Amino acid sequence: MSENLRIKSSQYIDETTRISFKFNGTTYYGFKGDTLASALLANNVHLVGRSFKYHRPRGIMTSGSEEPNAIVQINPNTNRTEPNVRATEVEIYEGMEASSQNCWPSVNFDIGGINNFLSPLLPAGFYYKTFMWPARFWGKYEYFIRHSAGLGKSPMLKDPDIYDHRNIHCDVLVVGAGISGILAAKNAAKNNYKTLLLDEKNELGGSTIYENNESNKIDNKNSSEWLKKEIEELKNIKNLEIKTRTSVAAYHQYNYLLARENLTDHLEKKDKTNKIRQRLLKIRAKKVILATGALERPMVFNNNDRPGIMLSSAIKKYSDFYGVACGRKIVFFTNNDSAYENALSLNDKGIKVEAIVDIRKQSKTNLEKRVIDAGVKIYWEHTVVDTSGYKRLNNVSIMKLSNDGTSVTGNKISISCDCLGVAGGWTPAVHLCTQSGSKLAFDEDKKIFIPNKNNSDQISVGSCCGDFKLDEILKNLNEKLKDFLDITKTDFENITFNNDQEISKRNIWLLPSDKALGKTRPFVDYQNDATAKDIKLALREGFRSIEHVKRYTTIGMGTDQGKLGNMHALGIIADTAGVKIGELGTTTFRPPYTPLTFGTIVGRNVGKFFDIFRRTPMNDWHVEQKAEFENVGQWKRAWYYPINGETMHQAVQRESKAARESSGILDASTLGKIDIQGSDASEFLNRVYTNAWSKLGIGKCRYGLMLNEDGMVYDDGVTTRLGENHYLMTTTTGGAANVLGKLEDYLQTEWPELDVYLTSVTDQFATASLCGPNSKKILKKIIPDLDLSDENFPHMSFKEAKVENIVCRIMRISFTGEQSFEINVQASYGKDLWEKCIEAGKEFNITPYGTETMHLLRAEKGFIIVGQDTDGTMTPIDLQMDWIVSKKKYDFIGKRSLYRSDTIREDRKQLVGLLTDDPKVVLEEGAQIVSELNKNPVEMLGHVTSSYFSPNLNKSIALAVVRGGKDMIGKKLFIPMEDKTINVTVSNPVFFDQTNERLNA
Amino acid sequence: MFVINCPYCGERDQQEFKAGGEAHIERPKQPTELSDDEWAEYLFMRKNIKGVQYERWNHAHGCRKWFNMVRDTSNDEIKAIYKMGEKPPSI
Ligand SMILES: [Zn+2]
Repeated sequence: MSENLRIKSSQYIDETTRISFKFNGTTYYGFKGDTLASALLANNVHLVGRSFKYHRPRGIMTSGSEEPNAIVQINPNTNRTEPNVRATEVEIYEGMEASSQNCWPSVNFDIGGINNFLSPLLPAGFYYKTFMWPARFWGKYEYFIRHSAGLGKSPMLKDPDIYDHRNIHCDVLVVGAGISGILAAKNAAKNNYKTLLLDEKNELGGSTIYENNESNKIDNKNSSEWLKKEIEELKNIKNLEIKTRTSVAAYHQYNYLLARENLTDHLEKKDKTNKIRQRLLKIRAKKVILATGALERPMVFNNNDRPGIMLSSAIKKYSDFYGVACGRKIVFFTNNDSAYENALSLNDKGIKVEAIVDIRKQSKTNLEKRVIDAGVKIYWEHTVVDTSGYKRLNNVSIMKLSNDGTSVTGNKISISCDCLGVAGGWTPAVHLCTQSGSKLAFDEDKKIFIPNKNNSDQISVGSCCGDFKLDEILKNLNEKLKDFLDITKTDFENITFNNDQEISKRNIWLLPSDKALGKTRPFVDYQNDATAKDIKLALREGFRSIEHVKRYTTIGMGTDQGKLGNMHALGIIADTAGVKIGELGTTTFRPPYTPLTFGTIVGRNVGKFFDIFRRTPMNDWHVEQKAEFENVGQWKRAWYYPINGETMHQAVQRESKAARESSGILDASTLGKIDIQGSDASEFLNRVYTNAWSKLGIGKCRYGLMLNEDGMVYDDGVTTRLGENHYLMTTTTGGAANVLGKLEDYLQTEWPELDVYLTSVTDQFATASLCGPNSKKILKKIIPDLDLSDENFPHMSFKEAKVENIVCRIMRISFTGEQSFEINVQASYGKDLWEKCIEAGKEFNITPYGTETMHLLRAEKGFIIVGQDTDGTMTPIDLQMDWIVSKKKYDFIGKRSLYRSDTIREDRKQLVGLLTDDPKVVLEEGAQIVSELNKNPVEMLGHVTSSYFSPNLNKSIALAVVRGGKDMIGKKLFIPMEDKTINVTVSNPVFFDQTNERLNA
Repeated sequence: MFVINCPYCGERDQQEFKAGGEAHIERPKQPTELSDDEWAEYLFMRKNIKGVQYERWNHAHGCRKWFNMVRDTSNDEIKAIYKMGEKPPSI
């Protein structure tokens, strides 16, 4: 394990800072600036994982986010563990641990490897075909699949890190800081566009930054040298913000992009603490320049997946950027010139290049001559037909290609090597472009999909739009920028290039072997182990649509979204089906481009910030009294106040009795409050409520029921007339925002002629609701000079008064059936008011009660709760509330619907009371109701909506909606439960004080 | 996520808005004169076009104003925005 393939000092790697890390339990060393992949390769470790289906040994293939094989679990079994991390992206730091994912018990001895030998039994669609039948065996299959299909392990411990979100607005966003992106950003910023430049790597410059070959010169300088100067100049440009280690995950419509900025993943543990780990950038850009580059594609040939077989460009990056040789004897296999440059570059560094195998016909060019001069043998018109070496490549076999490229001839030549660089041409990274909704066109000459057209707010530049040669890139970039940025010239208009000319072109999607296809393993999608055979099988089985073939073969369905293999899949389908690729269309790339952590997505919205909550001004008092809370919409409401270890049932029984026997107090601050003013306020209320409002006197209160236009109950509450043209409406706690929205809708769109203004005042007032036979005495103590006599201050009326110096609005209204006073004060005095009431009420055993007791007390009175006893299908008639529906009014919201054929049916579900035959048995809310036993199937007549044990009646009571229930009073019904059947009798829904005597007692 | 140009506030993120369904469906002035079918037509029938659609939107977390929008539902391109009561542009 002490092998060292570090070739020479690289300026991008800090060789003075040695870093130790562990991979699969073994300690290795790398340098600051290494990725996990480059550090492993420097230690001559290629084997990093097993493939998903066949468990074949797999090695590092690429140097970037397209990596299909080198997918690891970082820091396993710690609170910072992360699965599915690409070793080619993650930077090493002191103490980092990583392990292979899809292998058990170890990457070197993998039990699932048996699948490799069973592979004839595991064709495309295998999982669909086999594990679906018989259905009852699914549980067994699932166990087997889950055990062997190791896609990493989810973290089980609490994430210790902080995540953040940031909104950014900019004029120009440039994605990708290769040569095109840098020049684009520079020229945008220099022309007064507020510009943001992002790159997923930690260094700017893309692949040009380590480009030193002789055949790509700008202004007679090495392109890397030239670009470094440009990057240096970026520092002095205003209007330009640059973010590295930042990858764009999604590009949505209207130039809305999401990017992940990685801030601490490359730092060692002690430096991660208390820092933001990753930040989600939510970017709105006026213009977007995509300079996302191109991904090199491999080639599809027999056994093209062994550890040691890599992309040619990756070998170059490892040697030129990281200073790492990927092997000691390297062979290139190519269909284009780039492998020649790479061979020369390696040769310069003293790395042995055995041969170049080229599928093209020979061309006498300068490039060829330089390679031959360097002592590298070229095999023209040859293809690799097989490879060998189980855990590491040791040999490739090549043969001569036939003219049409579909078969091989002649003798097999064997070349010993430990690394094969495959150069199959370039695929523009158009993922973000298509995510944005832009369309692609297929370039039959270059065999690539390119962005179809540029538009006013987005362009693609550089190799992501199919320009691969430096002169081509820069010339087109110049023209595009001038047009897109509306400028007359760029700062690189006059540069000069020298480019070698290209040899020739040849592209074969599936390379032939001397063996029949059925006996070969030409992988197309490495991550999902799908081969060319699988594609052909899918076509034979009748699949035609690319989307169907993709799902059947699983090609492109992995975490890499088929970045490497999609083009080959299309090419093979097109060739087999005899159509053009352009006619097939490409598959849709969906966000995210690279996976995001959940932490980044949720940002700060974790723990108590997960959801917004609202607290009343009295909240601290409830907390001090150790109340239990419940969520009502966004509100935290006191639920009940247990004393001395009471259960909820005990507390609620005590609170309910106290409220009826002496006095109770409820924090009602959460009720929605809408201030309504204007000369047409009364008319407005006439139109929105079912009952009449014009004759309500000033200082009086009235209960109102609001319907939807379909006649169904929407909300309810008491509204008070404060003045001639002034009302205060209350709504349900949960419905406040929607009611306001609905009322605004009618005012603005249907009745703009009405002079009415609505203002939400929910948060401006705190409300203490004092109830019970002694409530009047308590209120008298607080406001001695207010006349509380029934004559002066009757039920359903309003007074304004002062508690000491604080103005309060008092409504004598009741949701419990007891005498009640709702005292409203400015919110900031809420707790003070509350404490005064408690103090004054001490001698009357004033008992604070929560929402549960409130619900019980109102159920004793048969008062509905909208949303509990109704569900959007109940009319007022269904609720037996005919009394509140005005017959005289010409119109109100929902009126017409109350006599549609459906709403006048007699057998609609109607609100009734239910009494259990055994008064001790409390029904379950939601329980279904039937009229017959021993019938199967039996009709469900309805269900229980509210159910309590009433301490004041000493029996169980329930509200329910029952089909035709109105006419069933006294009828026996049944509630079948899991273990028993409960017998009930239908009753009037008002259980307590049916004549309302207590309100004025 | 679109950017919507509220006619009262200017450009804001879609998050601040609520969609309110098809535009230019007027509530009948005399609902009681309508047959069940006519009322149902107003109450339930809404178009769901792939292409240019006239819609109501509300700046719910802003000025609370309702306005109209012409949107191509196939690509979410907003073709026009105009105030309530204004004549719909022909597109
Ligand atoms: Zn607005």
